[in-house]
Amino acid sequence: MSLRIVVAVKYVPDATGDRHFAEDLTTDRDAVDGLLSELDEYAVEQALQIADAADDAEITVLTVGPEDAKDALRKALSMGADKAIHVEDDDLHGTDAIGTSLVLAKAIEHAGFDLVVTGMASTDGTMGVVPALLAERLGVPQVTLLSEVKVEDGKVTGRRDGDTASEQLEASLPALVSVTDQSGEARYPSFKGIMAAKKKPVESLDLSDLGLDAAEVGLGGAWTAVEDAKQRPPRTAGTIVKDEGEGGKQLAEFLVSQKFI
Amino acid sequence: MAEVLVYVDHVDGAVRKPTLELLTLARRIGEPVAVHLGPGADAAATVLGEHGATRVLAADAPEFADYLVVPKVDALQAAAAAVSPVAVLVPSSAEGKEIAARLALRLGSGIITDATDLEAGDEGPVATQSAFAAAFTTRSRVSHGVPVITVKPNSAPVEAAPATGTVEQLQVTFGELATGTKIVSRTPRESTGRPELTEAAIVVSGGRGVNGAENFSIIEALADSLGAAVGASRAAVDAGWYPHTNQVGQTGKSVSPQLYIANGISGAIQHRAGMQTSKTIVAVNKDAEAPIFDLVDYGVVGDLFQVVPQLTEEIKTRKG
Repeated sequence: MSLRIVVAVKYVPDATGDRHFAEDLTTDRDAVDGLLSELDEYAVEQALQIADAADDAEITVLTVGPEDAKDALRKALSMGADKAIHVEDDDLHGTDAIGTSLVLAKAIEHAGFDLVVTGMASTDGTMGVVPALLAERLGVPQVTLLSEVKVEDGKVTGRRDGDTASEQLEASLPALVSVTDQSGEARYPSFKGIMAAKKKPVESLDLSDLGLDAAEVGLGGAWTAVEDAKQRPPRTAGTIVKDEGEGGKQLAEFLVSQKFI
Repeated sequence: MAEVLVYVDHVDGAVRKPTLELLTLARRIGEPVAVHLGPGADAAATVLGEHGATRVLAADAPEFADYLVVPKVDALQAAAAAVSPVAVLVPSSAEGKEIAARLALRLGSGIITDATDLEAGDEGPVATQSAFAAAFTTRSRVSHGVPVITVKPNSAPVEAAPATGTVEQLQVTFGELATGTKIVSRTPRESTGRPELTEAAIVVSGGRGVNGAENFSIIEALADSLGAAVGASRAAVDAGWYPHTNQVGQTGKSVSPQLYIANGISGAIQHRAGMQTSKTIVAVNKDAEAPIFDLVDYGVVGDLFQVVPQLTEEIKTRKG
């Protein structure tokens, strides 16, 4: 039977751009160009490798976000995913991590799955909690923060590199996996892949399709509230010296003056 | 008085520093009640009590070490049911954030991660966070349920605040999901003898300019002269010169030490995201135009292979 893989990805403002908050203190998604979150490229890559190793597999890439978020789906499809689901609804604006995990979980159940693959965190919110939230909601094992992953004989195994130890994990399918940026460089879409992606199906869903109420999501349904956001004041200009042979000693003097030595 | 649950991060009963920082923050909101899972509760309780824990809820079972994350969520949920806390604080480690996320969902609570400060507010605790590669500072609160908040290391001082720290057994029933992900084997990292990167008061980092794994000995020597942790930029890690566990930046560790010394690091956004909340920043780079110099309190434009060893020698001489 076919291995059904769902990859959850996020469309984020480019982290190299000048990112800001909008007036309602949500992430400003207009000021900076968006793209498929870099950390999610690793998830797409591992899903493709898992699918290659399986006898038969189908990869659905899923995102929740505004119209432009289709770009992230196209990128994943051009890398080689088979089809896409785009959950789009005006009422989703301002949804927090808990709410996002609710929408993703409903859409994943709608798609049907044996394996969910995600990145380690988004590059905008950077919380890193959605994979654990999804596993909790879907009621499947979480096999997370893997730098190496393999799926065979109905089992997922992988290596989780922590601060104090490296752990070898194992769980039965269905399961949820998240991969780190150490899991392996993501492939570039080929020209053929980009052309093929244009013909791949993208299913659009709104909240009612998923049986969700607008009150459960959005800024109003969020369980956290941002009170204020302030731009960090630029650091005051420091002293910069050119090394003329005494640079290390001058630096030591500075560290002494600051009582670090 | 209102009680605040504090999840204890420890190694066989040796409490790690971020947990003690959490106790400082917890005392601003209420009476800290520590939750200790795994072995060593009695040893930990002494330290936890010295830093303000009135009670230590303890549970030990093989599940905590044999299965990933979920058994600890089951235990913390049991603790929340027993205590009815006004907030739950968890250290912002990778595992801590996963535990906190699942707990929040079970409690019907909002979650805030990576707080760098915490204060009491009229409508519950207010958390300070950094956003967009630390270009912004936000203040947020949980508006639904018992606030679940993870806090980054170095966010508060460790303070002595003697309390009873009475150990009480916590009854935990593991759910079906608890044994879902088996930890088949665990290989502890070899200790370098240096402080933990995210907890260190001083961090000395190397980047592309270090130009080779073998040259990192220069960075390590400077770090050792200051009792510092060693960090590396993504460029250095991607080149295979230093382990990923030491990476500072957007996709690595985010650090906030008293002193950060960047050597041969240009200061791209990817790196700045992980270090620009450091109190004092110092850089050595041969490129006077490197963006890292926009951040520094003191910068030396020069060859790190000349400047860094000279600095190390000078520090050693002055320390005698």
